Amino acid sequence: MIWDRWRKGLERTRNALGSRLRGLGRGAEREEVLDAVEEALLLADCGLKVAADVRRALERRAPEDMPQAFAEAMMRIAGPQEPLRWAEDGLTVWLLVGVNGAGKTTTAGKLAMMAKAMGKSVVIAAADTYRAAATAQIAVWAERAGAEIVRGAERQDPASVAYQAIERGKAKGAGLVLVDTAGRLHNRQGLLDELGKIARATARALPGAPHEVLLVVDGATGQNAVAQAQGFMGAAPLTGICVTKLDGAAKGGSLLAVREALSLPVKLVGLGEGIEDLVVFSPEEYVQAMAPNWAEIGGR
Amino acid sequence: MFEQLQERLRQTFDRLRGRGKLTPDDIKKALREVRIALLDADVHFAVARDFVAQLEPKLLGEDVMSSLTPGQTVVKHVHDALRALLGGDVQPLRLRGKAPHAVLLLGLQGAGKTTFAAKLALRMKQEQHWPLLVACDLKRPAAIEQLAVLGERIGVPVQRPETSDPVRAARAGMDRARRDGQDIVLIDTAGRQEVDQELMAELQAIHRAIDPAATILVLDAMTGQAALGTAEAFARDVGVDGVVLSKVDGDARGGAALSVRAATGKPILFASTGERPEQLEPFSPDRMAQRILGMGDVMGLIERAQAHTEGVDAREMEQRLFKGQVTLDDLMAQLQTVRKMGSVREILGMIPGVGRKVKEQNVDEKQIGRNLAVLQSMTRQERRDPRLLDASRRRRIAKGSGTSVADVNRMLRQFEEMRRMAKAMKGMRGKMPQMPPLERR
Repeated sequence: MIWDRWRKGLERTRNALGSRLRGLGRGAEREEVLDAVEEALLLADCGLKVAADVRRALERRAPEDMPQAFAEAMMRIAGPQEPLRWAEDGLTVWLLVGVNGAGKTTTAGKLAMMAKAMGKSVVIAAADTYRAAATAQIAVWAERAGAEIVRGAERQDPASVAYQAIERGKAKGAGLVLVDTAGRLHNRQGLLDELGKIARATARALPGAPHEVLLVVDGATGQNAVAQAQGFMGAAPLTGICVTKLDGAAKGGSLLAVREALSLPVKLVGLGEGIEDLVVFSPEEYVQAMAPNWAEIGGR
Repeated sequence: MFEQLQERLRQTFDRLRGRGKLTPDDIKKALREVRIALLDADVHFAVARDFVAQLEPKLLGEDVMSSLTPGQTVVKHVHDALRALLGGDVQPLRLRGKAPHAVLLLGLQGAGKTTFAAKLALRMKQEQHWPLLVACDLKRPAAIEQLAVLGERIGVPVQRPETSDPVRAARAGMDRARRDGQDIVLIDTAGRQEVDQELMAELQAIHRAIDPAATILVLDAMTGQAALGTAEAFARDVGVDGVVLSKVDGDARGGAALSVRAATGKPILFASTGERPEQLEPFSPDRMAQRILGMGDVMGLIERAQAHTEGVDAREMEQRLFKGQVTLDDLMAQLQTVRKMGSVREILGMIPGVGRKVKEQNVDEKQIGRNLAVLQSMTRQERRDPRLLDASRRRRIAKGSGTSVADVNRMLRQFEEMRRMAKAMKGMRGKMPQMPPLERR
């Protein structure tokens, strides 16, 4: 149902595309329809490559086959649904990484609430020891989620905060340790190295950790999302993406570009500001929501 | 990844060469490349389309059709048009009315409003103003604390809200400024995930209450197609006098800058380039145009180089280089300069064409440090005449610099290579074909 809400948000664009298609009329030339589809994908930040690939997939299809061809092509790119990874037994460690302002701390807070709802005890490592008052922000979330928080002193080595949090999680038999890292741009080698160190520290504290290294990406991000994923991949073993702030205006199509370029799956999406709005990514739902309103084209 | 527009255009025109004069059809092909470059840089679809349409008549002019280097000429036209669209010259922030001047900051969540508020406050302070920061983001947990910490760091007072009503909080800030004598009041508002009625109503109410001297929209430079709609909504519902691009220190091409200009028609005032309060630069349309075109930030590189090479006689070094007389002293001076300029990766990223490729390679930042240590462990005599360096001296240098003899040898081999290249250049000088003069705007 959450996706329905999102789809409603998307309607604005869809209507724009719809009217464009309506303008073409029933006798629309195939080229015009293809142009309209390509435009819709570009406007959703899917990028030139994805838009061109989907267009090519539609090129030789009869108009009545286009909806299905579109869904197939998009599903090929979006890939299958991939669940979040938990440790087989005992403690699970998830690392949240990303550029500044992507929504890491909010996502950590929502994940803590989610885990709590699953009956798991959560420890949050406030490993953002850089941004002013970042620890205070995550502390508010920790309280809401009834999670324990392990904080570092300002400027403390974040790797040691992560290590301590896992030690704490082991000691109290917690189910999940969430490591909230400081925002960093993906072209700053020094900061990426620091991230690599955090990942290694979690592995030292607990064999098999981190079970997820999630790149948090703002849903409004354009083609730079690919560069972000590339940059972070070089520093830590990314396992998936969490797209935040998806709504009517931000459609997160750049995540398809990332998937296409690096085969990194989207695992979570934030569809609103509420805690319940962070959901497991469903490629089917996403592709459906992105589909143009084919009825407008009208089979010839 | 897409190559540089210039390179693609060159290829397009190269294929067409041989056939003599360019035709309007060829120009259409070039325009397609321009459009692709813009879209790849995240310029809004409609903005890119209009841009290309307006460019077409200019490219059909005689200078492109008859140019020997049509690719370069097209790039120049595109660059000039981009620059004009981005606002031409650097625009200062203008404040209406009389003090205390309220500056209202708008933007979506995570755009960087709070960070920018502190940056602007610091800049104002440096310009002999007396700013006050007012926290009106009552929604994000700890937003107030963040502003308070930043305010303390830069020595600017912060007005904490006493109510849960942002309008009253803003008003309280203005009252305090009137009472305490601050002349600039920077109001940090709450962001939303997307522009919605509730947010707009709140911002409108604050706007009415304080009648700001300037309203500034903060926009993430990495934003994609949504930049246009976001900027339109803020401009329509609240009014925007200027824009700030944040996170410009990333490697996004920043096409959003063009979209936001098209949407608001207002100047882009600043480029926010890092997390520290002093990292704020006036927005340069010139540099942004180059960046969107993937030409790299040449100006920025030159400025940085200038700032750090003072005292080094570059011309003299160049002379010696051409004569093939480089010494280890020169190498040391160069490495020190590079070090001061920032990380090698960062510098390389600013050079046109290198930008994309360098990310796939791993530049060993530490290597510079090691080489410098080796050089510094040599005597001046040894640096002037590396032939002195026998095995025992190399062992001593390795020990002194905390490296190994292999490191010392590697550095010397690199130096030899550099010297050979310098000599080769000396031989080539004068015989090299004349480069076409670079066109300046």
